[in-house]
This record gives sequence, C-alpha cells and structure tokens, in this order.
Amino acid sequence: MNNLALMAGVLVVMALAYQLGLTRSKAVVGDGQRLHSRPGYYGLLVALWCGLPALLLLLLWGVFGSDIVQFLVVQQLPAETAAFSDREMVLQMRRIGALAAGNNINDPQQFELAAAAQQARLETIGRLTVLASMAVAAVLGLVVSRRQITPHMRARNHIERVIMVALALSSGVAILTTIGIVLSMIGEAVNFFRFISPADFFFGTTWNPRFSTSGDTGQGEFGLLPLLWGTLMVSSIALLVAIPLGLMTAIYMAEYAPPSLRNVAKPVIEVLAGIPTIVYGFFALIVIGPFLSGLGEVVGISIRTTSALTAGLVMGIMIIPFVSSLSDDIITQVPKALRDGALGLGATKSETIRQVVLPAALPGIVGAFLLAASRAIGETMIVVLAAGNNPVLHANPFEAVSTITVTIVNQLTGDMDFASPQSLVAFALGLTLFVITLGLNVIALLIVRRYRQQYE
Amino acid sequence: MNTITQASRRERLATIERSLASRHRREKRFRRLGLAAVVTGMVLVLILFASILMRGLPAFWQASFHLDIHFDPEIVDVSERPSREAGESEADFRERDLIWLSEVGRVNWQQLIDNALEEALGEEIEPRQARDLRALVTSAERRILRDRFIEDQSMLGETHTIKLLASANVDVWLKGNIDRDLPDSQQQLSAQTREWADRLYAEGVITNAFSTALFLNTDSRSSPASAGLAGAFMGSLFMMLIVMVLSVPIGVASAIYLEEFAPKNRLTDLIEININNLAAVPSIVFGLLGAAIFIGYLRLPLSAPLVGGLVLTLMTLPTIIIATRASLRSIPNSIRQAALGIGASRVQTVFHHVLPLALPGILTGSILGVAQALGETAPLLLIGMNAFVSNIPSSPIDQASALPVQIYLWQGNELRNFFEARTSAAIIVLLALMLSLNALAIWLRKKFETRW
Repeated sequence: MNNLALMAGVLVVMALAYQLGLTRSKAVVGDGQRLHSRPGYYGLLVALWCGLPALLLLLLWGVFGSDIVQFLVVQQLPAETAAFSDREMVLQMRRIGALAAGNNINDPQQFELAAAAQQARLETIGRLTVLASMAVAAVLGLVVSRRQITPHMRARNHIERVIMVALALSSGVAILTTIGIVLSMIGEAVNFFRFISPADFFFGTTWNPRFSTSGDTGQGEFGLLPLLWGTLMVSSIALLVAIPLGLMTAIYMAEYAPPSLRNVAKPVIEVLAGIPTIVYGFFALIVIGPFLSGLGEVVGISIRTTSALTAGLVMGIMIIPFVSSLSDDIITQVPKALRDGALGLGATKSETIRQVVLPAALPGIVGAFLLAASRAIGETMIVVLAAGNNPVLHANPFEAVSTITVTIVNQLTGDMDFASPQSLVAFALGLTLFVITLGLNVIALLIVRRYRQQYE
Repeated sequence: MNTITQASRRERLATIERSLASRHRREKRFRRLGLAAVVTGMVLVLILFASILMRGLPAFWQASFHLDIHFDPEIVDVSERPSREAGESEADFRERDLIWLSEVGRVNWQQLIDNALEEALGEEIEPRQARDLRALVTSAERRILRDRFIEDQSMLGETHTIKLLASANVDVWLKGNIDRDLPDSQQQLSAQTREWADRLYAEGVITNAFSTALFLNTDSRSSPASAGLAGAFMGSLFMMLIVMVLSVPIGVASAIYLEEFAPKNRLTDLIEININNLAAVPSIVFGLLGAAIFIGYLRLPLSAPLVGGLVLTLMTLPTIIIATRASLRSIPNSIRQAALGIGASRVQTVFHHVLPLALPGILTGSILGVAQALGETAPLLLIGMNAFVSNIPSSPIDQASALPVQIYLWQGNELRNFFEARTSAAIIVLLALMLSLNALAIWLRKKFETRW
C-alpha cells in the first residue's frame, strides 16, 4: 500500500513537471522564433525525465529489495544456522520476518531478536535510501531536461520514440507468455520424468497414481493412454454432434436465411458461445445425464449418469456456435461468381451448395473443424463434472471415462508442493495437451490462411 | 438433321423434366435439414436456459421464520458495555470492549430462539425433543441475534420480531424438493420436525421470503442455508478490475504496434502466429502457467484474486489484440493518408485520428474479452481459488473465491437437494452479469457502427 502511495506521489510530481516544462517552452521562444514541437510535448518530455527514473528505482527496490535485506540478515545469523536445510531456513526467516514486522512469535531466541532488529533497521535504511535517490533522480531529471529546452529541440520526436518503445514492449508480452508456458511446462515435466521414465508415461496403459500420504512406498503408475483415449472418445462424440449441426446451421444462415433472421440469430449465437463451460457442465450433470440414463433404461442398455456420452453430447452443444460461426464466415467468403455460374447452368440452390460452394470452401471448413477439435480436447469443466473420472481403457461410451484435462485438475488442485510425481504429472499432461492443441491449431490456421489467400 | 436434334432435344427436356420433381424434392429436403439444424440448436439452448431457470428461480426465495424473540435478561445476562473513561488510552478501552464482546459471544443465544419457537408452537418442548427443535432454524442465525444486540443494547428485556432463516432441510421439505412419502429412515428431518415445520408454515410463522442471504453472505459450511455469493462476487470483481487495468492497455498497445508500426519481418510474423495460437490454447494450460510461475516461482499468495487476475489477463490478451487489430484494419487508409498529408507524424496520425475512430470496435472486443474471463473456471482451480473462504476479501491479495468457482464448489456439495437449486441460482446471477456485459458490447457496436 505504501508503494501505491509513493507511485501516486510520483504522478503528482510528474504533473507538476509537465506544467514547468510547458511554461518554460513558452518562455524560451523569442520573437520571430517558432518552437519545433507544440508546447505540450516539451511538458511531457520534462514529466517523463522527472518521473520515469524515479519509478524505475521504485520498481528495482520492489523486485530486489527484500532479497538484499534477507541476504544481509542471513550473513549475520549465528554459525549453527549454516547447517539448516532450505526448508528450515525458510521457516527461520519467516519467524524473523514476523518479529521484524512487530508481531509476536512463540519462544523467541536471543539471536532471532537481534536478527529481527537488524532486519527492521535494514528495511528502514533501504526504504529511506530509495526514497532519497528517487527524490534526487526526479529533481535532477526535472532540472536538466528543463534546462535543455530550446526552440530547436525536437521534443515530439523524443516523445514518439518513447511511445514506440512502449508499444513494442507491450507486443512482447504475448511472446513472453508463450515462452513462459513452454518453459514452465518443460521444466516441471523434466522433473516429473526424473521419477517416471517417459516410456512408462507415454505408453503406459494403467493410470493409478497412488498418493504418497497413504504410506505406500510405491510410486504408482502413470500411463497416459487411458486418459488420451478418454479425451479422444469424448471429443469424437462432441464433434459427431457439433459438426453436422454446426455446418448445417452455417449453410442455412449463409445461403437461405432471410436477413431479418440472420440479424437476430447471429448475435444470439455469439452470446451462446460466451456461456461459461461450468454452466454447460452443470447442465450435463443434472439434466442430460439423468435423461440419457433414463433413456437407456427404456431401451435396455445401461448408461451411467456421468459418462463419455453425457460429456461428449453437451460438449458438442457447446461447440455448435463455434463451428457454425467459423463455417459461416468461410462459406460467405466463397466468391459470388461461383454460385452464379452454377445457378446459371440450371443447378438448384442445394446442388450449387453441395457441388460448388462446399467443395470450394472445403479447406477452410476442415480448418474450422480442426479448431473445433482442439477446443474439444482442451475443454475442462464439462468433463470434470460429467465424464465420471474413471481412467480405465475401455471402448464403451456409456461408461465413465477420464480425460487429460480432468486429471490435471485432480492432480494439482489444492497441492502446491511441486515435489512428488503425483502433482508434477499435471505438467507432463499439460505439455502433452499443449503440444496436441498447438499442432491442431497450427495446421488449422495454415489451412484457413491459405484458403483466404485463394479468394482474395 | 434438324428433326434429329429436335427429337434429341425434346428427349433431353423430358429427362430433365422427369428428374426435376425429385431435384426439387431434394432441394426442399436440404433446406428443411438446415432449418432443422438451426431449430435443434435453439431448442437445446432453450432447454438449457429453461432447466436452469426452473431450478434456480425458487432458490431466490427461502423459507424464513418471523419469530418474536424475547431478549430475556436472565439469559442475556451481561454487564453494561464499557464506555471510554477520561484519561483512558485507546488501546485499553478497546481491550475492555473486546472482553465485553466475548462475554456477549458466550451468551446462549440459541436458547432465545428455542424459547421463541416454543412460544410459536404453543407447546411444552421436552428435553428429548431439543434436537428436533434445533433442526428448524439454521445454526448461523444465533449470530444475527448477537449482532442485533451489540448494535442496540436497549433491546434487553424487550420482544422483537426478527426474521431468521430456516435450516436447509426445512427449506427443502417445505418446497417439496424431497419426496414427502419417503420412509422416516430416508428423510433428513425427524417426523416431529417435519410436523412442526408444516404447522408453522400453515400458521404463517414460516414464509417463503426473498433471500437476501444469497447476495449478502459468504459461503458457509456449518450453516448451508445462509451460504451466499458475496465473497465470490468480490473475488470476481477484483479479478475483473485487474484484467481490465492490465489486459486492455497492453492488448491495445500491442495491436497498435503490430497493425500500424511494426516492420514486416520474421519477428513480427512470429509474434502474429504466436498470438493466433495463444488465442486457441486451452484455458487450463494458462492455469498451469500460473501455478508454476506466479505461485511456484514468484511465490505469490495462493487463492488470491491478484494471481487469478494475472492468469486471466494473459488469457484474454490475445482476444483483445485480435479484436483491436480487426477494428484498426477496418479504418480506411484515406483517413491515414489525409492526416499524413497535412503534416501529422505517424504517431499523431494513429493517436489523433485512427484510434478514436476504432474505439467502438476496441471497446466491444475488450468487453467481450472481460466477459469471457469472468466465466472462466478451470485455470482458477489450479491456483487454489477453490479453497473455502468465509470472509469477504478486502484486497486483491486476500484469499478469495470467484463466481464460477463457487458454482463448481456448490454443485459438489453433499446436501444435493438444497444446493442444486442454490447452484442454479448462482448460475443465473453469473449469466445475468455476463449477458448484460455482452448486451452492452452489442449495443455499443450497433450505436457506433460506421460503414465506410
């Protein structure tokens, strides 16, 4: 909270600096002279020179400050603590930190009190130093940059360069995210493969991760295949539902529907695509599951309430808007000349669609299907609620299954100690999921892009 | 020669005419198939909404008692609340006040409720029936009496009509959400309690009143009838604020860079492919990223809206970038050329002319992105936001839940009969929020849509 107040203070000073720069720029311009840039740019320049270095200092202190203090405090601890393990050390430092913050702890030792006093002192010194250097930097930046203002100074060009750097840095965030995903997944997955060999993971047919708390010394079995199979089964059912319905919807909307219907139905479909998946999951659990199970009883097959079929069916409903809006875009991109040609030869509308429009749009539509498949594979909440979590290899869609995403949730929720294969396996599974969906996406995007170029 | 072609032509025409009927039939069939697909989709959605509304709407009303509570001085036997004496330090006074508060906390408030119920039932309750009696009012309600008394101590010795929530099982029984013909062994409530509940309901002591608890309380384990959404709502609100503050400026900035300034080279190509791919990465992968980096590496607190907000920011970023770029691309080049022509710099052109024109599209895309983040559940489970939290979070680093996660937690509650409706009610609240965000976005787009 203190840092927030400091930042607000810096902003106030920056506003002041802006005014100073503004008046200065108006003052330096003599008769018959013209400023290179508009006065506001000079104000902005002074404000940036005044505020940015100070904010940078604050940021550096925020990131490294506590580490430096901790390091100095550790140096002062008595010799016996050198033998502490990492874990004990963390606990020790937490006790000292609590003391330094003015809280009481049980049974404080003499050396802890001393260390706490030192930590508190160091923190105060550090804070004051940072505050002082921020003030110096702000004043220095203000004075120097204000002095540099002359009518010939290219203030606008300087400001624009700063803006460009800021814009470019922002677009780097997306790259950083991808790098972060890949590195964190690979890093933790490598840790996992120290416990379990990759061959056992990728080709194992049994999933039975025994939890270490049960006192079992065995590591458990981490075979991916039952989960992969479950994922494929649920996604295939979803696509079997979504592709015909979605494609026919798209065709009807693009070719037959009157504009009035289109104007209503398009936003409705968009809104549907925005319904959270947890809602679909709950719907599967309390409506579709019991319905299918009742239906099964009538027909004479046993269908579990939570099964691959339940989850797949509802997931299919979820993807319909996705498939239909993608296919709709692609179908409307097919040039009108193709349609007119076919209609002119005497083909009926449906013949035109089936024999001319669809073949022409096929690559794009296939791309849309692949995107839908990747979404189905990565979908989590519906399967968590409605697939039954039964990681066993079987081919019966009426039985419960488990998927990669469900297992990630099960293995990682509530347990943040990344030291056992039981929780690390989530990252190996995540990496598998990431690679599968990435592959599908890349292929799909390539196909769609090439398709677009074809008709542009 | 002529006659031959004439004949073959007639023959061809005849063939075509013969096939025409079946071709037109096929045309009609195809068209109906399309309409059927549209209708099927709509019907499915209708079933979804209808089933959730049907289950959820009744949960906005909850069985509540209106009891005449007599604040009996013999039971509420506490000393006077200390007032600050002259020359007393603030800390000393607060300590004395705390002692008084804990004295009030030790009062047997349940006894007041029991007495009022006995009065309302008009019969002597034997000690062996105490359990049956206490099953009527949900357990957290005695705290309401305590709080009312702390607020206003003049109630001592008086009788006030106070609204208290019935227990979850009484609510289920009165709404008929449990089969009334089930034998005693399968009922949640004893025969005695059921009889009392029915009688009090008939007499109007219990009514079905609008449930403010659903909106004002946090989740509760010991007293399911008073579980509410306030904590989850605040958690979601904090996350949405973080998402808006971070992802909109960063997303718009990077879209401007890529669309207006970036040189066409390998690197920008890579960024572009990368963003398209990120938009299609499953949300749970972002959760893994958050668990590994924000919690495992940076040691940020578990279950905090701060971490949730950061994860959702990374997740919404591609959506906002793509929407902003599309919006910028739709601004015709003549605008840019006109600005450049009268001497504006490229930065001025973009910020003074292109960006204001693209703003409606950017706004729409950003709102849709935020709405999508509001409904996301899976990544939040991986960063510990499914922990049980009984306080309303007051800052983004407090422990908190989120609306969709609360739905997930409630649907798994063992008290199925009660929480099925409660979960549906929570879904209605979430959907109402999301749909209004979506409606706002669509309205904005309609209002400011420009055709070039």
